[in-house]
Amino acid sequence: MIDTLRLTAEAASRLLDAKEVSSDELFAAYLAAIGERDAELHCYLHVCDDSPGDGIPIALKDVIGTKGIPTTAGSRILEGYVPVYDSTVAKRCKERGLRFLGKTNTDEFAMGSSTENSAYGPTHNPWDPARVPGGSGGGSAAAVSAGLAPWALGSDTGGSIKQPSALCGNVGLRPTYGTVSRYGIVAFASSLDQVGPVARTVRDCAFLYSVIAGRDHCDTTTVDVPEVVLPVGERLEGVRVGVPRELNEHEAIEPGVRDAVLRAIELCRQLGAEVGECSLPRSVDYGLPCYYLIAPAEASSNLARYDGVRFGYRTPHAQDRLDMYKRTRDEGFGDEPKRRILIGTYALSAGYYDAYYGQAQKVRTVIAREHADAFERFDVLVTPTSPTVAFELGGRTADPLAMYASDLLTIPSCMAGLPGLNIPCGLSDGLPVGLQLIGPQLAENLLFRVGHALEQAIGFDTVPERLR
Amino acid sequence: MTEISRELLLHVANLARLELRDAELVRLQSQLNDILGAVSKVSELDLTDVPATSHPLDLVNVWDEDQPRACLSVEDALANAPERDGDYFKVPPGGSS
Repeated sequence: MIDTLRLTAEAASRLLDAKEVSSDELFAAYLAAIGERDAELHCYLHVCDDSPGDGIPIALKDVIGTKGIPTTAGSRILEGYVPVYDSTVAKRCKERGLRFLGKTNTDEFAMGSSTENSAYGPTHNPWDPARVPGGSGGGSAAAVSAGLAPWALGSDTGGSIKQPSALCGNVGLRPTYGTVSRYGIVAFASSLDQVGPVARTVRDCAFLYSVIAGRDHCDTTTVDVPEVVLPVGERLEGVRVGVPRELNEHEAIEPGVRDAVLRAIELCRQLGAEVGECSLPRSVDYGLPCYYLIAPAEASSNLARYDGVRFGYRTPHAQDRLDMYKRTRDEGFGDEPKRRILIGTYALSAGYYDAYYGQAQKVRTVIAREHADAFERFDVLVTPTSPTVAFELGGRTADPLAMYASDLLTIPSCMAGLPGLNIPCGLSDGLPVGLQLIGPQLAENLLFRVGHALEQAIGFDTVPERLR
Repeated sequence: MTEISRELLLHVANLARLELRDAELVRLQSQLNDILGAVSKVSELDLTDVPATSHPLDLVNVWDEDQPRACLSVEDALANAPERDGDYFKVPPGGSS
Protein backbone atom coordinates (compact mmCIF):
# COMPACT_ATOMS: atom_id res chain seq x y z
CA MET A 1 0.00 0.00 0.00
CA ILE A 2 1.56 3.30 -1.12
CA ASP A 3 0.83 6.16 1.32
CA THR A 4 0.89 9.12 -1.08
CA LEU A 5 0.51 11.56 1.83
CA ARG A 6 3.87 10.60 3.26
CA LEU A 7 5.91 9.20 0.39
CA THR A 8 8.70 11.56 -0.63
CA ALA A 9 10.06 11.51 -4.19
CA GLU A 10 13.37 10.35 -2.75
CA ALA A 11 11.72 7.39 -1.02
CA ALA A 12 9.68 6.64 -4.15
CA SER A 13 12.90 6.59 -6.15
CA ARG A 14 14.42 4.06 -3.72
CA LEU A 15 11.33 1.84 -4.01
CA LEU A 16 11.60 1.99 -7.80
CA ASP A 17 15.33 1.17 -7.77
CA ALA A 18 14.74 -1.79 -5.44
CA LYS A 19 11.85 -2.91 -7.70
CA GLU A 20 9.56 -2.95 -4.67
CA VAL A 21 7.09 -0.91 -6.61
CA SER A 22 6.67 -0.22 -10.34
CA SER A 23 6.33 3.16 -11.97
CA ASP A 24 2.83 2.17 -13.10
CA GLU A 25 1.83 1.30 -9.53
CA LEU A 26 3.12 4.64 -8.30
CA PHE A 27 1.24 6.52 -11.00
CA ALA A 28 -1.95 4.56 -10.24
CA ALA A 29 -1.63 5.31 -6.51
CA TYR A 30 -1.57 9.06 -7.15
CA LEU A 31 -4.44 8.83 -9.63
CA ALA A 32 -6.42 6.99 -6.95
CA ALA A 33 -5.60 9.72 -4.40
CA ILE A 34 -6.70 12.36 -6.91
CA GLY A 35 -9.92 10.44 -7.48
CA GLU A 36 -10.50 10.31 -3.74
CA ARG A 37 -9.66 13.89 -2.69
CA ASP A 38 -9.56 16.24 -5.66
CA ALA A 39 -13.32 16.68 -5.96
CA GLU A 40 -13.11 18.54 -2.64
CA LEU A 41 -9.81 20.36 -3.18
CA HIS A 42 -9.80 21.08 -6.94
CA CYS A 43 -6.02 21.09 -7.30
CA TYR A 44 -6.11 19.87 -10.90
CA LEU A 45 -7.53 21.49 -14.02
CA HIS A 46 -6.61 18.45 -16.09
CA VAL A 47 -5.69 14.93 -15.00
CA CYS A 48 -3.73 12.65 -17.35
CA ASP A 49 -5.07 9.08 -17.53
CA ASP A 50 -1.61 7.92 -18.46
CA SER A 51 1.78 9.44 -19.18
CA PRO A 52 4.91 7.90 -20.68
CA GLY A 53 8.02 7.32 -18.57
CA ASP A 54 9.49 4.87 -16.09
CA GLY A 55 9.96 7.23 -13.15
CA ILE A 56 8.14 9.20 -10.50
CA PRO A 57 4.92 11.14 -11.14
CA ILE A 58 4.87 14.94 -11.10
CA ALA A 59 2.23 17.67 -11.36
CA LEU A 60 2.75 20.82 -13.43
CA LYS A 61 1.21 24.22 -12.92
CA ASP A 62 -1.06 24.99 -15.85
CA VAL A 63 1.12 27.84 -17.13
CA ILE A 64 3.70 25.24 -18.21
CA GLY A 65 3.28 24.27 -21.84
CA THR A 66 2.87 20.53 -22.39
CA LYS A 67 2.65 19.03 -25.87
CA GLY A 68 -0.69 17.34 -26.42
CA ILE A 69 -1.97 18.22 -22.92
CA PRO A 70 -4.32 21.21 -22.48
CA THR A 71 -2.66 24.32 -21.04
CA THR A 72 -5.05 27.06 -19.96
CA ALA A 73 -3.14 29.28 -17.48
CA GLY A 74 -6.43 29.29 -15.55
CA SER A 75 -8.01 31.48 -18.25
CA ARG A 76 -11.08 31.14 -20.46
CA ILE A 77 -9.09 32.75 -23.23
CA LEU A 78 -6.94 29.60 -23.43
CA GLU A 79 -9.78 27.11 -22.95
CA GLY A 80 -9.20 24.20 -25.30
CA TYR A 81 -5.65 25.29 -26.17
CA VAL A 82 -3.40 22.25 -26.66
CA PRO A 83 0.29 23.12 -27.13
CA VAL A 84 2.04 21.61 -30.14
CA TYR A 85 5.45 21.66 -28.40
CA ASP A 86 6.84 21.05 -24.92
CA SER A 87 8.27 23.76 -22.71
CA THR A 88 11.92 23.15 -21.88
CA VAL A 89 11.09 22.27 -18.27
CA ALA A 90 8.46 19.73 -19.38
CA LYS A 91 10.98 18.25 -21.80
CA ARG A 92 13.63 17.99 -19.08
CA CYS A 93 11.16 16.26 -16.74
CA LYS A 94 10.29 13.76 -19.48
CA GLU A 95 13.97 13.08 -20.18
CA ARG A 96 14.32 12.01 -16.54
CA GLY A 97 11.34 9.67 -16.82
CA LEU A 98 9.01 11.88 -14.76
CA ARG A 99 5.36 11.20 -15.60
CA PHE A 100 2.76 13.97 -15.76
CA LEU A 101 -0.19 13.45 -13.42
CA GLY A 102 -1.84 16.57 -14.76
CA LYS A 103 -2.01 20.33 -14.79
CA THR A 104 -2.64 22.23 -11.58
CA ASN A 105 -4.90 25.16 -10.89
CA THR A 106 -3.61 28.72 -10.90
CA ASP A 107 -4.90 32.25 -10.69
CA GLU A 108 -5.60 33.39 -14.23
CA PHE A 109 -2.21 34.03 -15.92
CA ALA A 110 -0.62 33.51 -12.48
CA MET A 111 -2.10 36.83 -11.35
CA GLY A 112 -3.22 36.47 -7.78
CA SER A 113 -2.40 35.28 -4.28
CA SER A 114 -5.22 32.84 -3.56
CA THR A 115 -5.99 30.84 -6.76
CA GLU A 116 -9.48 32.39 -6.58
CA ASN A 117 -8.81 34.25 -9.84
CA SER A 118 -8.84 30.97 -11.76
CA ALA A 119 -11.60 31.02 -14.38
CA TYR A 120 -12.25 27.39 -13.44
CA GLY A 121 -12.97 27.91 -9.75
CA PRO A 122 -10.71 28.06 -6.68
CA THR A 123 -8.50 25.42 -5.11
CA HIS A 124 -9.10 24.66 -1.43
CA ASN A 125 -6.42 24.43 1.25
CA PRO A 126 -5.89 20.80 2.36
CA TRP A 127 -5.46 21.97 5.99
CA ASP A 128 -8.88 23.66 5.95
CA PRO A 129 -10.96 23.58 2.77
CA ALA A 130 -12.75 26.79 3.80
CA ARG A 131 -9.44 28.57 3.29
CA VAL A 132 -7.32 29.45 0.26
CA PRO A 133 -4.14 27.56 -0.63
CA GLY A 134 -2.40 30.79 -1.58
CA GLY A 135 -1.53 31.69 -5.13
CA SER A 136 -1.00 31.87 -7.83
CA GLY A 137 0.32 28.30 -7.67
CA GLY A 138 -2.26 27.09 -5.16
CA GLY A 139 -3.00 23.97 -7.21
CA SER A 140 0.59 22.70 -7.15
CA ALA A 141 1.11 23.50 -3.46
CA ALA A 142 -2.20 21.97 -2.36
CA ALA A 143 -1.64 18.87 -4.51
CA VAL A 144 1.72 18.20 -2.85
CA SER A 145 0.35 18.71 0.68
CA ALA A 146 -2.72 16.56 0.02
CA GLY A 147 -0.69 13.65 -1.37
CA LEU A 148 -2.04 14.19 -4.90
CA ALA A 149 1.51 14.49 -6.26
CA PRO A 150 4.91 13.75 -4.68
CA TRP A 151 6.22 17.01 -6.08
CA ALA A 152 5.26 19.65 -8.60
CA LEU A 153 6.44 22.60 -10.64
CA GLY A 154 5.14 26.10 -10.11
CA SER A 155 6.02 29.54 -11.40
CA ASP A 156 6.81 32.62 -9.37
CA THR A 157 6.62 36.26 -10.39
CA GLY A 158 6.11 37.97 -7.03
CA GLY A 159 5.60 35.02 -4.68
CA SER A 160 3.50 32.46 -6.55
CA ILE A 161 5.64 29.49 -5.47
CA LYS A 162 6.78 30.63 -2.03
CA GLN A 163 3.49 31.99 -0.68
CA PRO A 164 1.30 28.94 -1.56
CA SER A 165 4.00 26.67 -0.14
CA ALA A 166 3.85 28.69 3.06
CA LEU A 167 0.06 28.51 3.27
CA CYS A 168 -0.01 24.76 2.47
CA GLY A 169 2.96 23.80 4.67
CA ASN A 170 5.52 22.49 2.19
CA VAL A 171 8.81 23.42 0.56
CA GLY A 172 8.93 25.74 -2.45
CA LEU A 173 11.85 27.34 -4.25
CA ARG A 174 11.77 30.45 -6.37
CA PRO A 175 15.13 30.06 -8.10
CA THR A 176 17.50 32.86 -9.07
CA TYR A 177 16.24 34.74 -12.11
CA GLY A 178 17.77 33.15 -15.20
CA THR A 179 18.47 29.69 -13.81
CA VAL A 180 15.39 27.95 -15.25
CA SER A 181 14.23 28.26 -18.85
CA ARG A 182 10.92 29.99 -19.57
CA TYR A 183 10.69 28.57 -23.08
CA GLY A 184 7.13 27.31 -23.49
CA ILE A 185 5.85 28.96 -20.28
CA VAL A 186 2.82 31.25 -20.49
CA ALA A 187 4.46 34.65 -19.94
CA PHE A 188 3.23 37.08 -17.28
CA ALA A 189 6.02 39.56 -16.39
CA SER A 190 9.18 38.56 -18.18
CA SER A 191 11.75 40.39 -16.04
CA LEU A 192 10.38 38.51 -13.00
CA ASP A 193 8.88 35.13 -14.05
CA GLN A 194 10.72 32.02 -12.84
CA VAL A 195 9.74 28.35 -12.81
CA GLY A 196 10.58 26.37 -9.67
CA PRO A 197 9.92 23.23 -7.65
CA VAL A 198 7.41 22.48 -4.89
CA ALA A 199 8.05 19.41 -2.72
CA ARG A 200 7.59 17.92 0.72
CA THR A 201 11.28 18.00 1.69
CA VAL A 202 14.18 20.32 0.96
CA ARG A 203 16.12 17.42 -0.57
CA ASP A 204 13.29 16.63 -3.01
CA CYS A 205 13.04 20.33 -3.83
CA ALA A 206 16.79 20.51 -4.50
CA PHE A 207 16.71 17.40 -6.67
CA LEU A 208 13.81 18.67 -8.77
CA TYR A 209 15.61 22.00 -9.16
CA SER A 210 18.63 20.11 -10.53
CA VAL A 211 16.36 18.47 -13.13
CA ILE A 212 15.00 21.75 -14.55
CA ALA A 213 17.83 24.28 -14.04
CA GLY A 214 20.51 25.23 -16.53
CA ARG A 215 21.20 27.16 -19.69
CA ASP A 216 18.77 26.70 -22.58
CA HIS A 217 19.45 28.03 -26.07
CA CYS A 218 15.69 28.59 -26.47
CA ASP A 219 15.72 31.15 -23.62
CA THR A 220 18.58 33.63 -23.92
CA THR A 221 18.02 34.95 -20.39
CA THR A 222 19.25 31.65 -18.92
CA VAL A 223 22.66 31.40 -17.27
CA ASP A 224 25.09 28.62 -16.29
CA VAL A 225 24.07 27.13 -12.95
CA PRO A 226 26.42 25.75 -10.27
CA GLU A 227 26.09 22.00 -9.74
CA VAL A 228 23.29 21.28 -7.28
CA VAL A 229 24.40 19.73 -3.99
CA LEU A 230 21.76 17.70 -2.12
CA PRO A 231 21.95 18.86 1.50
CA VAL A 232 22.94 16.41 4.26
CA GLY A 233 24.29 18.43 7.22
CA GLU A 234 22.31 19.24 10.33
CA ARG A 235 24.46 22.07 11.71
CA LEU A 236 24.81 25.68 10.66
CA GLU A 237 28.27 26.65 11.94
CA GLY A 238 29.83 29.34 9.80
CA VAL A 239 26.53 30.55 8.37
CA ARG A 240 25.71 34.21 8.96
CA VAL A 241 21.93 34.66 9.18
CA GLY A 242 20.53 38.18 8.75
CA VAL A 243 17.15 39.19 10.12
CA PRO A 244 15.87 42.19 8.13
CA ARG A 245 13.95 44.34 10.59
CA GLU A 246 11.38 45.72 8.13
CA LEU A 247 10.39 42.25 6.89
CA ASN A 248 10.15 40.78 10.38
CA GLU A 249 8.48 43.59 12.29
CA HIS A 250 5.92 44.78 9.73
CA GLU A 251 2.55 45.56 11.30
CA ALA A 252 0.77 43.24 8.84
CA ILE A 253 2.50 40.18 10.33
CA GLU A 254 0.16 38.15 12.55
CA PRO A 255 1.41 37.34 16.09
CA GLY A 256 1.23 33.58 15.46
CA VAL A 257 3.36 33.92 12.34
CA ARG A 258 5.84 36.13 14.12
CA ASP A 259 6.20 33.68 17.03
CA ALA A 260 6.85 30.68 14.76
CA VAL A 261 9.45 32.63 12.79
CA LEU A 262 11.17 33.85 15.98
CA ARG A 263 11.42 30.22 17.15
CA ALA A 264 13.03 29.27 13.81
CA ILE A 265 15.52 32.14 14.15
CA GLU A 266 16.38 30.94 17.66
CA LEU A 267 16.90 27.44 16.21
CA CYS A 268 19.40 28.90 13.71
CA ARG A 269 21.41 30.11 16.71
CA GLN A 270 21.19 26.75 18.45
CA LEU A 271 22.38 25.01 15.30
CA GLY A 272 25.52 27.14 15.34
CA ALA A 273 24.67 29.97 12.97
CA GLU A 274 25.67 33.54 13.69
CA VAL A 275 22.47 35.59 13.77
CA GLY A 276 22.28 39.37 13.44
CA GLU A 277 19.83 42.11 12.60
CA CYS A 278 19.92 44.09 9.38
CA SER A 279 17.82 46.62 7.55
CA LEU A 280 16.27 46.90 4.08
CA PRO A 281 14.79 50.35 4.71
CA ARG A 282 12.96 50.95 1.44
CA SER A 283 12.50 47.42 0.05
CA VAL A 284 9.24 46.67 1.85
CA ASP A 285 7.42 50.00 1.70
CA TYR A 286 8.35 50.60 -1.93
CA GLY A 287 8.62 46.98 -3.09
CA LEU A 288 4.89 46.39 -3.39
CA PRO A 289 4.13 49.59 -5.38
CA CYS A 290 7.20 48.97 -7.55
CA TYR A 291 6.03 45.41 -8.31
CA TYR A 292 2.45 46.46 -9.05
CA LEU A 293 3.73 48.86 -11.71
CA ILE A 294 6.41 46.70 -13.33
CA ALA A 295 4.48 43.41 -13.39
CA PRO A 296 1.28 44.90 -14.92
CA ALA A 297 3.32 46.91 -17.43
CA GLU A 298 5.07 43.78 -18.66
CA ALA A 299 1.82 41.80 -18.49
CA SER A 300 0.02 44.33 -20.67
CA SER A 301 2.65 43.71 -23.31
CA ASN A 302 2.80 39.91 -22.91
CA LEU A 303 -0.98 39.52 -22.97
CA ALA A 304 -1.29 41.45 -26.23
CA ARG A 305 -0.85 38.10 -28.01
CA TYR A 306 -4.32 36.92 -26.95
CA ASP A 307 -6.20 38.38 -29.86
CA GLY A 308 -8.35 35.51 -31.10
CA VAL A 309 -6.31 35.08 -34.28
CA ARG A 310 -3.87 32.19 -33.91
CA PHE A 311 -4.96 30.21 -30.86
CA GLY A 312 -7.28 30.32 -27.91
CA TYR A 313 -10.76 31.76 -27.59
CA ARG A 314 -12.39 33.91 -30.28
CA THR A 315 -15.69 35.70 -29.74
CA PRO A 316 -18.53 34.48 -31.95
CA HIS A 317 -20.05 37.99 -31.94
CA ALA A 318 -17.55 40.04 -33.96
CA GLN A 319 -18.71 42.70 -36.47
CA ASP A 320 -15.21 43.27 -37.86
CA ARG A 321 -11.59 42.53 -36.95
CA LEU A 322 -11.07 45.33 -34.42
CA ASP A 323 -14.35 44.41 -32.77
CA MET A 324 -13.17 40.77 -32.74
CA TYR A 325 -9.98 41.68 -30.83
CA LYS A 326 -11.83 43.77 -28.25
CA ARG A 327 -14.72 41.41 -27.62
CA THR A 328 -12.46 38.35 -27.57
CA ARG A 329 -10.35 39.96 -24.87
CA ASP A 330 -13.34 41.25 -22.90
CA GLU A 331 -15.05 37.85 -22.92
CA GLY A 332 -11.84 35.80 -22.53
CA PHE A 333 -10.07 37.65 -19.70
CA GLY A 334 -11.31 37.80 -16.12
CA ASP A 335 -11.21 40.87 -13.87
CA GLU A 336 -7.63 40.57 -12.59
CA PRO A 337 -5.90 40.35 -16.00
CA LYS A 338 -8.09 43.24 -17.15
CA ARG A 339 -7.07 45.37 -14.17
CA ARG A 340 -3.41 44.62 -14.79
CA ILE A 341 -3.60 45.16 -18.53
CA LEU A 342 -5.26 48.53 -17.95
CA ILE A 343 -2.86 49.67 -15.21
CA GLY A 344 0.08 48.45 -17.29
CA THR A 345 -1.10 50.12 -20.49
CA TYR A 346 -1.65 53.35 -18.56
CA ALA A 347 1.78 53.17 -16.86
CA LEU A 348 3.49 52.65 -20.22
CA SER A 349 1.51 55.26 -22.17
CA ALA A 350 3.02 58.49 -23.47
CA GLY A 351 3.21 61.16 -20.79
CA TYR A 352 3.04 58.72 -17.87
CA TYR A 353 5.95 56.38 -18.66
CA ASP A 354 8.66 58.26 -16.72
CA ALA A 355 6.48 58.88 -13.66
CA TYR A 356 5.39 55.25 -13.32
CA TYR A 357 7.31 52.54 -15.17
CA GLY A 358 10.56 54.49 -15.38
CA GLN A 359 10.42 55.47 -11.72
CA ALA A 360 9.53 51.89 -10.69
CA GLN A 361 12.61 50.60 -12.53
CA LYS A 362 14.74 52.98 -10.49
CA VAL A 363 13.10 51.80 -7.26
CA ARG A 364 14.06 48.33 -8.39
CA THR A 365 17.70 49.39 -8.43
CA VAL A 366 17.33 50.72 -4.88
CA ILE A 367 15.86 47.39 -3.72
CA ALA A 368 18.63 45.39 -5.41
CA ARG A 369 21.32 47.60 -3.81
CA GLU A 370 19.80 47.27 -0.34
CA HIS A 371 19.86 43.49 -0.65
CA ALA A 372 23.43 43.54 -1.99
CA ASP A 373 24.47 45.60 1.05
CA ALA A 374 22.85 43.09 3.40
CA PHE A 375 24.72 40.23 1.71
CA GLU A 376 28.02 41.99 2.47
CA ARG A 377 27.44 41.00 6.09
CA PHE A 378 25.17 37.96 5.85
CA ASP A 379 24.97 34.73 3.84
CA VAL A 380 21.23 34.31 4.08
CA LEU A 381 18.26 36.42 5.19
CA VAL A 382 15.25 35.04 7.07
CA THR A 383 11.72 36.45 7.18
CA PRO A 384 8.16 35.18 7.30
CA THR A 385 7.05 34.16 3.79
CA SER A 386 3.47 35.36 4.22
CA PRO A 387 2.37 37.90 6.83
CA THR A 388 -0.63 35.68 7.62
CA VAL A 389 -1.63 32.04 7.60
CA ALA A 390 -4.13 30.84 4.99
CA PHE A 391 -7.12 33.18 4.86
CA GLU A 392 -10.74 32.32 4.21
CA LEU A 393 -12.04 31.90 0.67
CA GLY A 394 -13.62 35.18 -0.42
CA GLY A 395 -11.87 37.11 2.37
CA ARG A 396 -9.88 39.38 0.06
CA THR A 397 -11.57 39.06 -3.34
CA ALA A 398 -13.56 42.30 -3.13
CA ASP A 399 -10.49 44.42 -2.45
CA PRO A 400 -7.61 44.03 -4.94
CA LEU A 401 -5.22 46.00 -2.70
CA ALA A 402 -5.84 43.69 0.28
CA MET A 403 -5.07 40.73 -1.98
CA TYR A 404 -1.90 42.41 -3.31
CA ALA A 405 -0.64 42.86 0.28
CA SER A 406 -0.43 39.05 0.61
CA ASP A 407 2.88 39.28 -1.29
CA LEU A 408 4.37 42.05 0.85
CA LEU A 409 7.28 39.94 2.09
CA THR A 410 7.99 37.82 -0.99
CA ILE A 411 8.12 40.65 -3.52
CA PRO A 412 11.28 42.57 -2.52
CA SER A 413 13.71 39.71 -3.20
CA CYS A 414 11.86 38.84 -6.42
CA MET A 415 12.48 42.39 -7.66
CA ALA A 416 16.20 41.84 -7.06
CA GLY A 417 16.21 38.51 -8.94
CA LEU A 418 17.22 36.63 -5.78
CA PRO A 419 16.43 33.02 -4.90
CA GLY A 420 14.00 32.34 -2.07
CA LEU A 421 13.10 29.10 -0.32
CA ASN A 422 9.99 28.56 1.78
CA ILE A 423 10.06 25.89 4.47
CA PRO A 424 7.29 25.21 6.98
CA CYS A 425 8.33 26.33 10.48
CA GLY A 426 5.30 25.59 12.64
CA LEU A 427 1.58 26.08 13.08
CA SER A 428 -0.52 29.04 14.11
CA ASP A 429 -4.16 28.25 14.93
CA GLY A 430 -3.63 24.84 13.35
CA LEU A 431 -2.44 26.33 10.03
CA PRO A 432 1.09 26.23 8.59
CA VAL A 433 3.51 29.14 8.91
CA GLY A 434 6.20 29.55 6.26
CA LEU A 435 9.78 30.72 6.78
CA GLN A 436 11.41 32.50 3.85
CA LEU A 437 15.15 32.06 3.30
CA ILE A 438 16.65 34.53 0.83
CA GLY A 439 20.14 34.23 -0.62
CA PRO A 440 22.34 36.09 -3.08
CA GLN A 441 22.00 35.23 -6.76
CA LEU A 442 22.89 31.59 -7.53
CA ALA A 443 23.10 30.69 -3.82
CA GLU A 444 20.51 27.89 -4.09
CA ASN A 445 22.88 25.34 -2.56
CA LEU A 446 23.25 27.46 0.56
CA LEU A 447 19.46 27.86 0.83
CA PHE A 448 19.11 24.07 0.55
CA ARG A 449 21.75 23.56 3.26
CA VAL A 450 20.15 25.99 5.71
CA GLY A 451 16.64 24.84 4.81
CA HIS A 452 17.52 21.18 5.32
CA ALA A 453 19.20 21.75 8.70
CA LEU A 454 16.21 23.76 9.92
CA GLU A 455 13.77 21.22 8.51
CA GLN A 456 15.46 18.44 10.50
CA ALA A 457 15.49 20.54 13.69
CA ILE A 458 11.88 21.72 13.33
CA GLY A 459 10.44 18.30 12.47
CA PHE A 460 7.29 19.77 10.89
CA ASP A 461 4.71 17.16 9.85
CA THR A 462 3.73 18.18 6.31
CA VAL A 463 0.59 16.01 6.31
CA PRO A 464 -2.44 18.20 7.08
CA GLU A 465 -3.90 17.24 10.46
CA ARG A 466 -7.35 16.48 9.03
CA LEU A 467 -5.85 13.95 6.59
CA ARG A 468 -3.65 12.06 9.08
CA MET B 1 -1.50 62.12 -9.18
CA THR B 2 -3.77 61.79 -12.20
CA GLU B 3 -7.26 60.53 -11.54
CA ILE B 4 -8.45 57.99 -14.12
CA SER B 5 -11.66 59.47 -15.49
CA ARG B 6 -14.21 57.48 -17.41
CA GLU B 7 -12.92 59.04 -20.65
CA LEU B 8 -9.28 58.19 -19.83
CA LEU B 9 -10.28 54.63 -18.91
CA LEU B 10 -12.06 54.22 -22.25
CA HIS B 11 -9.00 55.60 -24.05
CA VAL B 12 -6.63 53.20 -22.25
CA ALA B 13 -9.04 50.31 -22.82
CA ASN B 14 -9.02 51.07 -26.52
CA LEU B 15 -5.20 51.12 -26.55
CA ALA B 16 -5.29 47.71 -24.83
CA ARG B 17 -7.96 46.43 -27.25
CA LEU B 18 -10.43 45.74 -24.46
CA GLU B 19 -14.14 46.30 -24.97
CA LEU B 20 -15.48 47.11 -21.52
CA ARG B 21 -19.16 46.81 -20.70
CA ASP B 22 -20.84 49.57 -18.69
CA ALA B 23 -21.14 47.47 -15.53
CA GLU B 24 -17.41 46.71 -15.68
CA LEU B 25 -16.46 50.33 -16.32
CA VAL B 26 -17.84 51.61 -13.04
CA ARG B 27 -16.24 48.85 -10.97
CA LEU B 28 -12.87 49.00 -12.75
CA GLN B 29 -12.64 52.78 -12.62
CA SER B 30 -12.92 52.82 -8.85
CA GLN B 31 -10.54 49.85 -8.37
CA LEU B 32 -7.96 51.26 -10.78
CA ASN B 33 -7.95 54.59 -8.98
CA ASP B 34 -7.36 52.80 -5.66
CA ILE B 35 -4.49 50.81 -7.19
CA LEU B 36 -3.00 53.86 -8.88
CA GLY B 37 -3.16 55.75 -5.61
CA ALA B 38 -1.21 52.98 -3.88
CA VAL B 39 1.45 52.47 -6.55
CA SER B 40 2.03 56.22 -6.92
CA LYS B 41 4.01 55.90 -3.70
CA VAL B 42 7.08 55.28 -5.89
CA SER B 43 7.06 58.98 -6.81
CA GLU B 44 7.89 59.94 -3.17
CA LEU B 45 11.53 58.98 -3.70
CA ASP B 46 14.01 61.32 -5.34
CA LEU B 47 15.88 58.95 -7.65
CA THR B 48 17.30 61.42 -10.14
CA ASP B 49 20.77 59.87 -10.18
CA VAL B 50 19.72 56.23 -9.81
CA PRO B 51 19.95 54.10 -12.97
CA ALA B 52 16.95 52.00 -13.98
CA THR B 53 16.96 48.21 -13.65
CA SER B 54 15.16 46.54 -16.53
CA HIS B 55 16.51 43.08 -15.83
CA PRO B 56 17.92 41.58 -12.63
CA LEU B 57 21.04 40.00 -14.16
CA ASP B 58 24.02 41.59 -15.85
CA LEU B 59 22.99 41.42 -19.47
CA VAL B 60 25.32 39.96 -22.04
CA ASN B 61 24.39 39.28 -25.60
CA VAL B 62 23.90 35.63 -26.46
CA TRP B 63 25.09 34.51 -29.84
CA ASP B 64 23.93 31.38 -31.57
CA GLU B 65 25.07 29.75 -34.78
CA ASP B 66 22.91 30.85 -37.70
CA GLN B 67 21.84 27.37 -38.68
CA PRO B 68 18.42 26.04 -39.62
CA ARG B 69 16.70 23.90 -37.00
CA ALA B 70 13.50 21.90 -37.11
CA CYS B 71 10.46 24.14 -36.67
CA LEU B 72 6.70 23.73 -36.45
CA SER B 73 4.95 22.25 -39.46
CA VAL B 74 2.17 24.29 -41.05
CA GLU B 75 -0.37 21.86 -39.64
CA ASP B 76 1.01 22.23 -36.10
CA ALA B 77 1.15 26.02 -36.40
CA LEU B 78 -2.51 26.08 -37.45
CA ALA B 79 -3.64 23.35 -35.05
CA ASN B 80 -5.10 25.83 -32.52
CA ALA B 81 -6.45 28.36 -35.02
CA PRO B 82 -10.00 29.49 -34.21
CA GLU B 83 -10.61 29.64 -37.95
CA ARG B 84 -8.43 28.79 -40.93
CA ASP B 85 -8.56 29.01 -44.68
CA GLY B 86 -6.14 26.52 -46.22
CA ASP B 87 -2.69 27.39 -44.88
CA TYR B 88 -3.82 30.77 -43.51
CA PHE B 89 -5.33 32.04 -40.28
CA LYS B 90 -8.72 33.48 -41.13
CA VAL B 91 -9.99 36.67 -39.48
CA PRO B 92 -13.02 38.91 -40.07
CA PRO B 93 -12.53 41.95 -42.33
CA GLY B 94 -10.99 45.08 -40.76
CA GLY B 95 -12.40 47.89 -38.69
CA SER B 96 -10.97 51.16 -37.46
CA SER B 97 -10.21 52.61 -34.05
